[in-house]
Amino acid sequence: MSVSRISALGAIALSGALALSACASENNGATPGAGSTAGGSTAAGDCFSGDLKAEGSSAQKNAIDEAIKAYQTNCADANIDYQPTGSGAGIKQFIAKQVDFAGSDSALKTEPKDGKIEADDAKASCGSDAWNLPMVTGPIAIAYNVKGVDKLVLDAEVAAKIFDGKITTWNDPAIAALNKGVTLPSTPIKVFFRSDESGTTENFTKYLKAAAPDAWSYDTGKKWTGKGEGKEKSAGVATAVKGQDGGITYVELSYAQQNQLPMAQIDTGSGPVELTAESAGKTIATAKQTGTGNNLALKIDYATKEAGAYPIVLVTYEIVCSKYADAETGKKVKSFLKSFASDSVQKGLEAKGYAPLPAEVATKVQTAVDAIS
Amino acid sequence: MSTATDRRVPDDQVAPGEPVTPPGGRPGRDALSEMSHPHRGRMAKDVVARIVMWAAFALAMVPLVWILGTVIGKGFHMLTTATWWTGNQRNINSDDFGGGARHAIEGTLTMVGFTALIAVPIGILTAVYLVEYGRGRLAKAISFTVDILSGVPSIVAALFIYAVWVTTFGLGRSGFAAALALVLLMIPVVVRSTEEMLKLVPNELREAAYALGVPKWVTVVKVVLRTAFSGIVTGVLLGIARVMGETAPLLILAPYTKNFQRDLFNGNFPTLPMMINQDRGDFALSTAAERMWGAALTLIILVLLLNVIGRVIAHFGSVKK
Amino acid sequence: MSTVTGVSAADQAPGPDGKQPLQGDRASTGRFGDRLFGGAATVSGVVVIALVSLIAVFLVVQAVPALMNNSESFFTSRVWAPGGEKPAFGILEFLWTTVTASTIAMLVAVPVGVAVALFITQYAPTWMRRPAAGLVDLLAAVPSIVYGLWGLIAFAPVFKPVQGWIESALGWFPLFAPTGISGGTIFFIGIVLAIMVLPIVTALSREVFDQTPIAHKEGALALGATQWEMIRTAVLPFGRPGVISASMLALGRALGETIAVTFLVSALSDGSPWTWSLFNGGETFASKIANNAAEFSNPGKTGAYIAAGLVLFVLTFVVNSIARVVIERRKAFTE
Repeated sequence: MSVSRISALGAIALSGALALSACASENNGATPGAGSTAGGSTAAGDCFSGDLKAEGSSAQKNAIDEAIKAYQTNCADANIDYQPTGSGAGIKQFIAKQVDFAGSDSALKTEPKDGKIEADDAKASCGSDAWNLPMVTGPIAIAYNVKGVDKLVLDAEVAAKIFDGKITTWNDPAIAALNKGVTLPSTPIKVFFRSDESGTTENFTKYLKAAAPDAWSYDTGKKWTGKGEGKEKSAGVATAVKGQDGGITYVELSYAQQNQLPMAQIDTGSGPVELTAESAGKTIATAKQTGTGNNLALKIDYATKEAGAYPIVLVTYEIVCSKYADAETGKKVKSFLKSFASDSVQKGLEAKGYAPLPAEVATKVQTAVDAIS
Repeated sequence: MSTATDRRVPDDQVAPGEPVTPPGGRPGRDALSEMSHPHRGRMAKDVVARIVMWAAFALAMVPLVWILGTVIGKGFHMLTTATWWTGNQRNINSDDFGGGARHAIEGTLTMVGFTALIAVPIGILTAVYLVEYGRGRLAKAISFTVDILSGVPSIVAALFIYAVWVTTFGLGRSGFAAALALVLLMIPVVVRSTEEMLKLVPNELREAAYALGVPKWVTVVKVVLRTAFSGIVTGVLLGIARVMGETAPLLILAPYTKNFQRDLFNGNFPTLPMMINQDRGDFALSTAAERMWGAALTLIILVLLLNVIGRVIAHFGSVKK
Repeated sequence: MSTVTGVSAADQAPGPDGKQPLQGDRASTGRFGDRLFGGAATVSGVVVIALVSLIAVFLVVQAVPALMNNSESFFTSRVWAPGGEKPAFGILEFLWTTVTASTIAMLVAVPVGVAVALFITQYAPTWMRRPAAGLVDLLAAVPSIVYGLWGLIAFAPVFKPVQGWIESALGWFPLFAPTGISGGTIFFIGIVLAIMVLPIVTALSREVFDQTPIAHKEGALALGATQWEMIRTAVLPFGRPGVISASMLALGRALGETIAVTFLVSALSDGSPWTWSLFNGGETFASKIANNAAEFSNPGKTGAYIAAGLVLFVLTFVVNSIARVVIERRKAFTE
């Protein structure tokens, strides 16, 4: 019945968990990295040891995960974390100095938006120029689920009308005209969009606006302005389409592949183009550089009519300081991105649903990475 | 004595043939007065009530069995893999099988432990104040604010902490920052449930203690809290269960890492909800889905373990009746 | 509860066994201990007030500038476009979704939860009570993110046909009119929330029912009451304030539940027509904020979301205040 006994019991209750984990840590300290068995030969003196933090676009998550794995396999003392929370979050945390570099589906904006200029804020935060380094290109698929339809061709105008709710059934004459010989059911079309603000939405609407300006009258942006039913994140829209006959959405290639969803071919005017790494790469190759020097912001020609080029792609950038206030951080970023931009890592990304950087761009990126300090 | 006698009002008043005023003070329905001459309607009602209660319990078991069945069915075999309890997720990407959850288990326990360390004393003491000490304006104000706090969604609590911790103080995101947000979520659960339990402690006990010359604080600690101990533990466990699975504050305040990280105050911090969240994006891949369900099952098991520990403490700490 | 008074009087009273030294000793530590303990309790309470005040200040400071720039009516507009040069946002849709889904959750969870608590404390055979209580606690042990996963992957596909059936059978009734939303409808969210808050209602109600004085129960039974009558006249009235408290806690949880709702809900596109149907989509305050928190890129936009959070804050408070009044009134009768 003593006070001390009760408080002792309470203390046990509260500290039990702590003690448990504290013990566990000690035991475990003896065998660091028990889960990482993929040991490779430790590379040359290029490895850093310690933590490197990054955050941003979820579209590049699978790519950067691969790059991290490749780097960490060689460098056992390096810990690199990437939070796939979204491009805007990445840039925000980068400016707030919470992460060492950001991943983004669009380059830092140089014109004022909501009273701020991203590029200037980033420059102020870095104390030096902030660079956009295109690192990965990800095709965006128009994924659908219609019973009995394995092959579907759309063009920009029809796609815009579908996503704007103007075309509401699958056997609409406009769709049928592009798909001769395919029996289309009268199922209603259910459009699913990303309910969170996303770079994928931004790039997809940029495409609709550029390739079908008459049919898509809305502004482009991270927030969806068309019609349909909103689901959270890429996984959300992909799952929704999978579970809904008549569903259609826009989603990164890797999610369409994971969910085994058929993807529409896009007719740019020179015949239907299937989505492959190669066809997406052709569009990227036509992109123009808008930044100067080592700032490699790219402008994609969404309205491309080049034969065999799949037009709906996004370029995801790593946003870095050109000169880090902390030289040590600069070394870490440089070391990791150098590995990320290397040919061997880039080649491996094709299997993950990404298109390779065109050789010319890749060389420029490598030069730029070398200039980071 | 007053409360106790008053609560017995209905019993006292029941004289044969007299209508009864139930404790609600509403005009007595005919329920008790009918008792002297039972008829079939009353019995039927009783049977219906019995059936309804059984049915309600059965109904409540449906989601339980379903959820546990799903989680165990899809996640159990992950828990039996060799590295699950010892390893971390370093170099395990969404399409790689397995890896360990130990980093996240340690992280979650540490974070929730810290949260409880801060929230439980504040919560219980606040409830003690409200029931045993509080009178007048301050008590009303506290009661009022606890109500408001219980209405703060986790995401808003997280944004608040972010604004203070990161934007104002310029500190880095960390496990500790997330724990602070969890404290805000846990306090009202602990206060409200403890308060209810303290109110149920009969005043005779307090008065008897005073009559014996026991100081008030000793009365509160030894008699009141002691009597309500089991209920308080239930409340604390509800609070822990609530914050353990919270994900939104972690998304904002405690970035995930696949590596071991024991420093709650610096850098990224691994937790089970974030581990689940990491694999959720790719759950169309069987490797990621298995890991996600495995982590979910692990999280449930952790909450349950804490529950069992709490029950044992409640059992040994409570007054035998 | 104004019964606890007269500490010093108790301290000064002689001990029943007349052991003066001990009594005196205790009295003096008692006074010091009392100041310490009472002080700690007061400080805790004040800390809570301070925290909530800080949150309120934070919310208001962030929300007010955004509200000043708002070009739509904040309470009656369904537009949500807080970014850009000319922000326009209104919360009507979130308010409707949040309140409706929570109402459905409470309509299901409170009766079932109380019935389960009664079952455990009054009806279940003695051997079954502890395991039954344990099972319900198990439901409380399931974290919200797991409810979200289960809802998304296991429950939604099963629920879809049920919803389709209700739509076709009762679609003439405006609340059940078909809307074309496939999955995460308000009704569905309400049911998932009900399952999530059920253990909260049950766990606390159970504790309170358990405390019903045996004299009350036996008194009723001795008078020939059936078990149900005994519950109605002794257990329920005694437990009502506790049940209300539990319900309020549950409601707070339902109104503010974030991650599970974010997983499950179907958002509406801009300009979708207004409907009273429970089978429409829509986001709750918490899910809307959580879903977009990553993109809070400037103060004006953040402020708009915070303003929405503020409404939720006030909403919860109003509901709780009503509950307080109900409890206070009951107290007036019992004391």
